[in-house]
Amino acid sequence: MAGVAVSTTINGDHVEYLCQPDETLLDVLRDRLGLTGAKEGCGTGDCGACSVIVDNRLVCSCLVLGAEAEGRQIETIEGMAHGDQLHPLQQKFLEHAALQCGICTPGFLIAAKDLLEKNPSPTEEEIRFGLAGNLCRCTGYDKIVRAVQDAANVMKGA
Amino acid sequence: MNFDPRYSGRSFSSVGTRPLRPDGVDKVTGRARYGADFNMAGQLVGRVLRSPHAHAIIKKIDTSKAEKLAGVKAVITAKDLPDLTDGDAAMFDTLDNCMARKKALYDGHAVAAVAAIDARTARQALKLIEVDYEVLPHVTDVDEAMQHHAPLINDAIFTEGLEEKPVKPSNVSKRTQYGHGDVHQGFAQADFVVERSFKTEQTHQGYIEPHACVASVNPDGTADLWVCTQGHFVYRQHCAQLLGLEVSKLRVTSSEIGGGFGGKTHVWAEPVALALSRKAGRPVKLVMTRDEVFRASGPTSATSIDVKIGARKDGTITAAEATLRYTCGPYAGMWAEIGAMTAFACYKLENVKTVGYEVLVNRPKTAAYRAPSAPMAAFAVESAVDELAKEIGIDPVEFRIKNAAQEGTRASYGPVYGPIGIGPTLEAVKEHPHMRAPLAQNQGRGMACGFWFNFGGQTCTDLNIGMDGTVSLAVGTVDVGGSRASLSLVAAEELGIDYGQVKAIVADTSSLGYNDMTDGSRGTFSSSMATISAARNAIKVLRERAAQMWDISVDDVAWEKGHAVAKGEKHGNLGKLSLKEIAAQSGKTGGPIAGHSELVADGAGVSFATHICDVEVDPETGSTRVIRYTVVQDAGKAVHPTYVEGQYQGGAAQGIGWALNEEYIYGKDGRLQNPGFLDYRIPVCSDLPMIDTQILEIPNPNHPYGVRGVGETSIVPPLAAIANAVSNAVGVRMSHIPMSPPRILAALEAEREG
Repeated sequence: MAGVAVSTTINGDHVEYLCQPDETLLDVLRDRLGLTGAKEGCGTGDCGACSVIVDNRLVCSCLVLGAEAEGRQIETIEGMAHGDQLHPLQQKFLEHAALQCGICTPGFLIAAKDLLEKNPSPTEEEIRFGLAGNLCRCTGYDKIVRAVQDAANVMKGA
Repeated sequence: MNFDPRYSGRSFSSVGTRPLRPDGVDKVTGRARYGADFNMAGQLVGRVLRSPHAHAIIKKIDTSKAEKLAGVKAVITAKDLPDLTDGDAAMFDTLDNCMARKKALYDGHAVAAVAAIDARTARQALKLIEVDYEVLPHVTDVDEAMQHHAPLINDAIFTEGLEEKPVKPSNVSKRTQYGHGDVHQGFAQADFVVERSFKTEQTHQGYIEPHACVASVNPDGTADLWVCTQGHFVYRQHCAQLLGLEVSKLRVTSSEIGGGFGGKTHVWAEPVALALSRKAGRPVKLVMTRDEVFRASGPTSATSIDVKIGARKDGTITAAEATLRYTCGPYAGMWAEIGAMTAFACYKLENVKTVGYEVLVNRPKTAAYRAPSAPMAAFAVESAVDELAKEIGIDPVEFRIKNAAQEGTRASYGPVYGPIGIGPTLEAVKEHPHMRAPLAQNQGRGMACGFWFNFGGQTCTDLNIGMDGTVSLAVGTVDVGGSRASLSLVAAEELGIDYGQVKAIVADTSSLGYNDMTDGSRGTFSSSMATISAARNAIKVLRERAAQMWDISVDDVAWEKGHAVAKGEKHGNLGKLSLKEIAAQSGKTGGPIAGHSELVADGAGVSFATHICDVEVDPETGSTRVIRYTVVQDAGKAVHPTYVEGQYQGGAAQGIGWALNEEYIYGKDGRLQNPGFLDYRIPVCSDLPMIDTQILEIPNPNHPYGVRGVGETSIVPPLAAIANAVSNAVGVRMSHIPMSPPRILAALEAEREG
């Protein structure tokens, strides 16, 4: 099969790649571009570990084709911190121990960032439903919800 | 070894604080490398062909077409993994589970594997492998498998543990029995007796990271394996044995692990990846899909349990008896035995008897899942205990307090307890405001207790002091949930320095002596013991170096708060030397300063928890919501309390999923019908409330800081606590887990129809 030439923007950087027509964006990020922060937990859009933001929309990158990234703006976990300055969500996840094994963490951070950009003052219920597309098997979500609440407060004050 | 592991009752400056974890930044920035995040030059993609049949003879496998496909570099079958197990039955089962030899024993059993230049070629190659199966009758239900007419899974299995050796093979591999006293006599003394049967369905650990590894076998007999595992040293042993490699020539590096919960204590894909690499002459990456994870790895036992408990009017239990049947998958196991040991461990009983049956079924080989086998036994026992309290007319907490095991009690599984936490957790629950919070219509409250043994085991640790006074701690227990933070705290505590001066890593198998797995809640317990021992050995060297710098006898040098201090009036003007000052001179005083420790961490303190749960059941749909949840558990000493809370909350959440939703559903054809997170639904964020925790600290006398393992016990009480809550909410005793909406509606209907 002939490769598809794609020109896109990832974390603000212009990126070009060739991919197969049936290759997912997740495969492209991980296997072609070395951006392994997004994880494959299921490959069927059920776990959210591969969450990225495409044109301000939260998506599972395992459900998007690499070819569909043409001309888009993509944000991944690798672009969340600014240099050595962690995003408030990253900092609060650390402070609240909102991760144990950490495999779901990149997806949660991306989903929480998207949530807070759209709703800067979510209630606990809004956080719980906003993050219901991301599975965590370690924490019981308690510390994740608290970290997002705390980050929301910090970001509002900033 | 002259290390003294006894609890000393000391005060702490680092232990008990809540610093950020050393691996945290990598994990919030996406830099942490998990099983599938590693690559090697020339790497191929491995894929496994799996049986679609629950039980079938493999008559022939033709791989010739797959081998001819362009881009395919190796195809293997069981022939490429010859039997080198030398009579070791358990290892042979592991080998057969990695790659079916004569029969496929469950839907998903591996039968062949390929390595190709890319994933698409590998997938195409699998389709070109022709397997000629003779399909056999199968059995997946635990009770059906015990029937005489059930399809026989292995005709070489004759039930062990019977008084007379059976003449016919059976699906029951073993019968075990525990207890003491005379239960017949005990029941004769009872005023009330509750007798009930329970079932629990099979669940999966549900780690979000699928099994993944990269294997590279070189022509000179050396090999490397990068893998997500709970025990890289054990994986090395198993892989070396199965592949015929020399142990020290196989270097296994544990990646960051994306959840294990017991499921990553067993090899599945790793020997296959090594065999593919050996045949192809190139590195091979093998990553399971989620479908494969469900069909071929992990699951816990499905169970069928009968419980009978009798008590006097005053609430004293006079006898307790249980028969426990646990599925093992298609290979012999010891899962019912563990259930039989844990079932009544919370109680002080004069007459107790438990019998376990290990049952072979055409399901994946049962693997450990967090306090394996204990949650199901606790579900049955704690449900019956609640029912008995109700019959007697005594408060369920008071009833448990009255019968709780104490220091000196002979446990139902044999040993005599030291200081334990069951009584204190019950007293804490009795006083907890949660117990007095009002309940609304359709709501119910339940509570239940749980026990887990905890484990210690072989442990090896290195502590190296850098010339700038920083400390690198190399441990061999995989960090599954923050143990690098807790072990850094322990090193800082013992050396008397700041947490920030210590950096802990998990060393690979070529860099450190053998370590048992991170299982049995042993990670922080055993590696902290080895860390304390290593730090004490390093302090001995530090004192010697200080003595040398001062030119005095080492006997006159003490170690206090991170400093060498010269003792005695004659050295009054020598002041102190910090660890940093001593380290800076190490090149001139004898070279690097390090402490090493190898030990068997005996004396893991047993662990108890009591949970409280409120639920609301919708009587129209049978749907249940957990609206409040409280965990009370003894930690011995919480080294990093935030991560201890995390263990409590995580175990409770897994238990909630098990109690209400999660189950393997097999079709009549013996195929798993829900091998994905859409249909095997683990709790999501919107399903759960906050999970409150209360940490009790009843010191373990066999650890210098009093530490007990904390990882597993938290999954033991939830099934029963939630079942008790649901039963109280709907007024019907629930006896089948999970209590999914259809089961609750059926129970309500049965009650209405009388």
